[in-house]
Amino acid sequence: MKNGIIETRKNFFEITLTVNGEKKELSVKNGEFLLDALRRHGWKGTKKGCDTGDCGSCAVILNGKPVLGCLTPAVTAHCGEITTIEGLGTVHAPHPLQEAFVEAGAVQCGFCIPGMILSSKHLLDRTPDPSEAQIRKALDGNLCRCTGYVKQVEAVKNAAKTIAGRKKRKP
Amino acid sequence: MDAKDLKVVNKPVVKMDSMGLACGEPAFTDDVEFKGLLTAKILWSPHAHARIKKIDVSAALKVPGVKAVLTYKDLPRVPHTTAGQGYPEPSPYDTYTLDNKVRFVGDRVAAVAAETPEAAQEALSRIKVDYEILPAVLDTAEAMKEGAPVIHDEEDSKNIPDAKHNIAAKFEFQVKNGEWFKEADFVFEHTWSIPYLQHCALEPHVTIAHFDNAGRLVLRTSTQVPFHVRRIVAQALKIPVKKIRVVKPRIGGGFGSKQEVLLEDITAALALKTGRPVKLEYTRKETFISSRTRHPSRVRMKAGVKKDGTITDAAMEITLNTGAYGSHALTVMMCAGSHTLPMYRIKNNIRFVGKSVYTNMPVAGAYRGYGATQGFFAWECLMDMMAAKIGMDPVEFRKMNYIKLGEGSPVFKAMGEGREGVEQVITSTGLFEAIEKGVDEIKWTEKKAEYAKQTGPIRRGLGAACMMQGSGIPEVDMASATIKMNEDGSFNLLAGAADLGTGSDTVLAQIAAEVLGIKADDIIVTSSDTDITPFDVGAYASSTTFISGGAVKKAAEKVRDMIIEVGARILDEKKEDLRLECGKVVSKSGASCPLSEVANTSLYYYNQHQITASASHFAQSSPPPFQANFADVEVDTETGVVKILDYVSCVDCGTAINPVLAEGQNDGAVLNGISHTLSEEMEFSSNGTPLNASFRRYKILSAADTPRLRTFIIPTWEPAGPFGAKSVSEIGINGPLPAVANAIYDACGVWLFDAPFTPDRVLKAIKQRR
Repeated sequence: MKNGIIETRKNFFEITLTVNGEKKELSVKNGEFLLDALRRHGWKGTKKGCDTGDCGSCAVILNGKPVLGCLTPAVTAHCGEITTIEGLGTVHAPHPLQEAFVEAGAVQCGFCIPGMILSSKHLLDRTPDPSEAQIRKALDGNLCRCTGYVKQVEAVKNAAKTIAGRKKRKP
Repeated sequence: MDAKDLKVVNKPVVKMDSMGLACGEPAFTDDVEFKGLLTAKILWSPHAHARIKKIDVSAALKVPGVKAVLTYKDLPRVPHTTAGQGYPEPSPYDTYTLDNKVRFVGDRVAAVAAETPEAAQEALSRIKVDYEILPAVLDTAEAMKEGAPVIHDEEDSKNIPDAKHNIAAKFEFQVKNGEWFKEADFVFEHTWSIPYLQHCALEPHVTIAHFDNAGRLVLRTSTQVPFHVRRIVAQALKIPVKKIRVVKPRIGGGFGSKQEVLLEDITAALALKTGRPVKLEYTRKETFISSRTRHPSRVRMKAGVKKDGTITDAAMEITLNTGAYGSHALTVMMCAGSHTLPMYRIKNNIRFVGKSVYTNMPVAGAYRGYGATQGFFAWECLMDMMAAKIGMDPVEFRKMNYIKLGEGSPVFKAMGEGREGVEQVITSTGLFEAIEKGVDEIKWTEKKAEYAKQTGPIRRGLGAACMMQGSGIPEVDMASATIKMNEDGSFNLLAGAADLGTGSDTVLAQIAAEVLGIKADDIIVTSSDTDITPFDVGAYASSTTFISGGAVKKAAEKVRDMIIEVGARILDEKKEDLRLECGKVVSKSGASCPLSEVANTSLYYYNQHQITASASHFAQSSPPPFQANFADVEVDTETGVVKILDYVSCVDCGTAINPVLAEGQNDGAVLNGISHTLSEEMEFSSNGTPLNASFRRYKILSAADTPRLRTFIIPTWEPAGPFGAKSVSEIGINGPLPAVANAIYDACGVWLFDAPFTPDRVLKAIKQRR
């Protein structure tokens, strides 16, 4: 899925993409960034903390890589695959990372957490058993002012163990 | 009662809103849609000090999609303070929603509401303003001089003690027992400074004003003080309180910056003007420049010590830069002394002289630590200087002098928040145990011996600092809560307290659950909606657990009595024989009935009534939490780079209602303090324009930058607190500056007096010593 033709309508582009496993057609404004487009279409879990690419609150996974929604032109997601925090799990069926963050007490105000969990997911997808230094490096683009990162690092470690354990049980 | 008897309190109950937040549920102010929502934007002053001679908005109004443009001409002129404090506020009334004068680069000039952000932006660029540029003053010393530009020359502002000399607040206090420094063998005097510092809550300030179906104004806003927002918006816009509802959704951090009524008045004015819902959201840059900051300070401190370790006298002289408006100008200044001077016994004389001074700079306000950050930087460094001079271990010197159980201080009575304080003695302290634990964890003795043998350019050192704070403002803060019972034996807790990400909803639920003999998740918490919950001053002054927790405990006790009343009928037993346990009313005889039966009986069968109660709490004291901090640092004496190797903080917060959340509060506060210590500083051009108003250029520490930091909770039991609790939220931020400064001295023999300790400053200090 690449180089699809984008339909245009006045100041809008009609893009086709997969969001959290579902095919979507979205109208995005000329010059609109992915963060604003996602939020405008209801994915409110993606947060705007700075809008200048410095805080990581808007991180989403685009085609397997974490990107900053506030620096990614929405049209570049055409034909792409996006995972937002809503695609990871729900309150009733959370992802092990979401469970681990909750259990470790890593969620204080929670504003940075969606971005941080997505960065953590990208890490664990590639590095199932990360060292503390690898975790800290993976979370380095996600600023948090509440926690001192102590319990978040702990949460990622715990999630890695849970995920590894589940894989063992279901080879 | 003892902590070991507790079933829900003092347990790591999962923070009740955390799963929703971790799943990205729409919980914050801007996460809901409003049909026809207009975007508001503010035109900011490009000048540090100017009068608006003429303002022409006609071209702005012609931009398609623009629905309203407001200037000072369109709004009532009401002097007020943005400080979200109890009424009457101790801050000067020196602010107007919009004024014909601007007082710093980033002050409000006009406001626009439009169909799209683009139209709002376009309209801002078409507002024509003719400024009479006035001389500006950016420095506190200059501002106090005779003939300096007068920043608040308006006649209608109130409670400014000396507007002509730009003094927004002043306070003096002295205990005199004989001649100053007569008994001292050594006297020290130095000045410590802290620059402009930002809160950096990840969620920028945001307010949505809309109307309910009866046309009442609803403010959905990111605030720590919903009830003060309602009162101050009513005051500033001259509308009745009954016409306003303030709703506090989940808040993305505040740290004091959201104890200000900053966006709500202007957003409300735009909504009232257009009859449409309006959203105003600060950009990160606007949050840096035009919200609030920590008060930059100069603290001159002089103290005397005897060779035996007795502190004879101490004098603190503090000058705060409050910027263009005096928000929290008096109270932060007073807390710089009132939270710090009682820390150690001072035998003879004590003096405090404080001033908060207006400048044409960004506006300071409440910030976690609230003056104690500034005061303790000086006091705790001075403690190490004295210890070094008399040849005493700095930890032993502190142990000898810190305020002990049962002791008071004349400072408690003399200095409150903006007025006289309240006499009190220490009714709980774990400082000794905190120090012992910290000494052990950081390996103080072993490392001291090891570091004494160092040679070469890389030097390591250890530093210690002790802290105290308060738990709410005594005889000022009031909180209330309502609890009502549901058919299944669950309860709604309606708390005025404003959870801003701290976890206070969970902590309050634990307190209620402990009283009612149920699990915390049998309590459904609604926090702070001025239409629904009873009054609470809000989340500030480390008050929520202690004051709001006290209200919840009382309300739960009333509800418990009502349940027992019904239970006694059901079981046909005496009330005195009944207690609540595991979701049941249980009798000494062994008989029991579930709470659901009690609820159903009261609702449907017998003496029908809703089991519900409200209670308020107001405290006569503010028991201080205590904390011992230890830093192990490495200084590269050739580059000036300071690296923290290990940071241990041991905190006595009484009973930690939720130990995991308490640790999290302290971890975050400590890292914020470390960030202040190593990197944070707002920079300004020569005309007062902020130069680094972004996360890229104003550096807060990230995960990879964060050193090893460890929090240890030292349990004590505070008799005045709910289940023995004191506060925990602020104290941790104050430790790193002095602890690290003391460790740097231990490592390489230089004192740092100006925060942050960037490599250039460290190197300069090292070179000066050579």
